[in-house]
Amino acid sequence: MSDTILQVNDIHKSFDGTGVLRGVSLEIREGEVVVIVGPSGCGKSTLLRCINGLETIDKGEIWLRDEKISGRAKDFHVVRQKIGMVFQSYDLFPHMKVMDNLLLGPTKALGKPRQEVEQEALQMLERVGLKEKAHVYPRTLSGGQKQRVALVRAMLMHPEILLLDEITAALDPEMVSEVLNVVIDLARGGMTMAIVTHEMRFAEAVADRVLFLEEGVVLEEGTPEAFFHAPATERAQRFLQSFTYASKRGKTEVQPKNTFGD
Amino acid sequence: MQDLGISVLFKGINFQRLLGGLWVTLRLALITIGLSCLFGLLFGLLMLSKRKIVQFFCRVWLEIVRFMPQLVLLYLVYFGFARLFGWDLDGETSAVIVFTFWGTAEMGDLIRGALTSIPLHQTESAAAIGLTKGQVYRYVLIPQTLRRLLPQAINLSTRIIKTTALVKMINVTEVLKVGQQIIGQFYRQPDTAFWVYFVIFLLYFIVCWPFSLLAKQLEKRWA
Repeated sequence: MSDTILQVNDIHKSFDGTGVLRGVSLEIREGEVVVIVGPSGCGKSTLLRCINGLETIDKGEIWLRDEKISGRAKDFHVVRQKIGMVFQSYDLFPHMKVMDNLLLGPTKALGKPRQEVEQEALQMLERVGLKEKAHVYPRTLSGGQKQRVALVRAMLMHPEILLLDEITAALDPEMVSEVLNVVIDLARGGMTMAIVTHEMRFAEAVADRVLFLEEGVVLEEGTPEAFFHAPATERAQRFLQSFTYASKRGKTEVQPKNTFGD
Repeated sequence: MQDLGISVLFKGINFQRLLGGLWVTLRLALITIGLSCLFGLLFGLLMLSKRKIVQFFCRVWLEIVRFMPQLVLLYLVYFGFARLFGWDLDGETSAVIVFTFWGTAEMGDLIRGALTSIPLHQTESAAAIGLTKGQVYRYVLIPQTLRRLLPQAINLSTRIIKTTALVKMINVTEVLKVGQQIIGQFYRQPDTAFWVYFVIFLLYFIVCWPFSLLAKQLEKRWA
């Protein structure tokens, strides 16, 4: 039995009276990768943002290991040091070189010695194929390279859990896989993750468990095999249908080839 | 052989007099720029206030400054306030008041613009790596704000330096006024005016050009 890292109990969140999360519960165990899918506006991103304290919740509780983190107004930065997050928008700091982007958190938030982290940062950059970019400014990188650096920046904090909020949604199609293959690599390394994505083939390849969210509630939850090949609810079937196209010749369905993982 | 007008500049202490005038110009400009930065920061933060009444007040201030020729403001303060309130302001003090009134609004608007131009996700991703609020400002927001602000602030500063030429109209003996005094003394030499004004032009150029280069350089480096 592995330990529970994150426990979300019946959380509610509304913006201006509109319920975005209406009673969501979720448990993530150590080393588990949970992928959250669902139509736009279903509350996926809000869920991740609530976990990281970027939004406050109206009701419910969030626990990180045995520490209650919801409703905690003071010192939330200490909690965030244990939760890594990467966003959709390229969020590197444009006034710092790649290496300084990577070192900021570990040296300033965690107070680690610079040299020690620099070694580790170089190793991780090498792992994602960007070692030679350590001393350039982010503006010289492509979108895919920026997101790989952002992943390394989050990982250097050695978080308990990594939250990925549609990290490839703003990328050109040919750059998507170079980023997602890094995520698969992290998953193989045992990283605990909660991932929001629209890349269904990737979701299937990386997930231990899939959560289907619609209108602020979890409609379906299961293994990727079950969810993607035999979805239980009609809503999920319709959602998955929207990613396939009827062939011009009207016979078979056309689906993009799975390029991730196995 | 007839003297060339340019030789007027080397007669007696004429050139030192011009430099003295330039110093008055620069002193006035530097005091104004310093005060404008200080009050401009406050004004910029005030402009970001959520209160409608504060926003309205800031807006009115900024519009007045933009509509009104600086010369009118100078006359208003130097001649108007003296009569109305019985304040006996000297020219330089009046000029500092007027130019700071103007510079504060312009600088404040630049600061507001620079602050609001930093996208929210910069704050969020800085928070996401566990920085405290203070660290987010110190390492992420303020450096980016300064990079956007500095080139524009330098350009505003050169505009302030140039505009100080107006204070000769309220009896401040700055470089232009000194030049006219010299021309007045040597009126018999017909091309004196050309050479004196030409040298003043060069002096302004020497003062403002490095600022402009610096602004361009910073813009290029931080683009």
